[in-house]
Amino acid sequence: MGPTEQPRSQGDDWNAYILRVRNHRDEAAFSALFNHFGPRIKGFLIKSGASGTMAEECAQETMITLCHKAHLFDPSRATAATWIFTIARNKKIDAFRRAARPEPEDLPWGPEPEPEAADALALSQETEHLATALDALPEKQREIVKRAYYGDLTHSELAEETGLPLGTIKSRIRLALDRLRQTLNEPVK
Amino acid sequence: MTVKHLLNEQLLMGYAAGILPEAFDLVVASHLSLSDESRAMLGGYEAVGGVVMEETEAVAMGADALGSVMARIKSGKAITEKPALRATRPGVLPEPLQEYVGGDVDKINWRPLGGGVKQAILPTSGKAQARLLLIPAGAAVPDHGHRGTELTLVLQGSFSDEVDRFARGDIEIADEDLNHQPVAGPEADCICLAATDAPLRFNSLIPRLLQPIFRI
Repeated sequence: MGPTEQPRSQGDDWNAYILRVRNHRDEAAFSALFNHFGPRIKGFLIKSGASGTMAEECAQETMITLCHKAHLFDPSRATAATWIFTIARNKKIDAFRRAARPEPEDLPWGPEPEPEAADALALSQETEHLATALDALPEKQREIVKRAYYGDLTHSELAEETGLPLGTIKSRIRLALDRLRQTLNEPVK
Repeated sequence: MTVKHLLNEQLLMGYAAGILPEAFDLVVASHLSLSDESRAMLGGYEAVGGVVMEETEAVAMGADALGSVMARIKSGKAITEKPALRATRPGVLPEPLQEYVGGDVDKINWRPLGGGVKQAILPTSGKAQARLLLIPAGAAVPDHGHRGTELTLVLQGSFSDEVDRFARGDIEIADEDLNHQPVAGPEADCICLAATDAPLRFNSLIPRLLQPIFRI
């Protein structure tokens, strides 16, 4: 079975592909990532209102940025799909605005050379639970979440939308918080 | 640092999704720089974005997209990243804000608003507007209401209003129902970053007349 046919539950493998790109400039791993994520990024951007040409260009640039910024990827802080989503989202915004969008300060500790494998696995599993939870939502609520990410809801519509099914992501958030606190309590090396 | 007043779920989700106006993005990014808890929550909402993207119907890439991308990567000068200054130092203003100001507080181009209150409007695209406000220690901002949403992030000192006391890193989210008169704490001049998606509504006549002039 080729990598493009892998189910989402193997998100941990996508992390491994990015690490192979990061550590060895592995072209086969990059091709596998491109074949899986490229069409999904493009589909997402078209849903977000981009033209086919613009979506293609943004998707290509996202994959190029993935390669350039692979050294910043830390699977204990974001899964491959989450990280690639954030790159694609920023490309989309940059395409619409005159300047790069404001991003928070970089974390002082930066990505660790050897992220805890257990943290990365836990994060990957939590993200899978998140996907399951999203799939299990009633159709109407799931559509609201998707429309928010496609940009079909304005932020004021989003603010008025009460009863968003956000409880489902609480465990994912708790995990990220635990991880942050743990890192903050570690002595500076 | 423990920040008490955090962003709400909708704003974090909006930032993760990338659908906020630039002025709101700036407030959120500045707040995230000061609150690890909000940053962790953002991670959760970005994970939702990853899931949504994974579940979106794929659209085939162009015929030789992979070959073209590989070539661009190997050529070294693959893409033109938008310029980011990042020539910033830790200060009162978090990094994303320093990029708009061109430095820390000493670089802010203040304009007097009367009563010692000063403001500096920051250049952002879109309908929402971002500005820095300085309220002298112990002084009050004119009593006002809101037509839309107003986000106020405290960067130095503190202010108190009918809702609570807000200190560095805290964010107050005011909507049409809130009529408030913020008063700066006595410990220092209060510096805030505020963003509005509609003009403020002042409750006394004079500030209302000044509104078109000061663009507040």
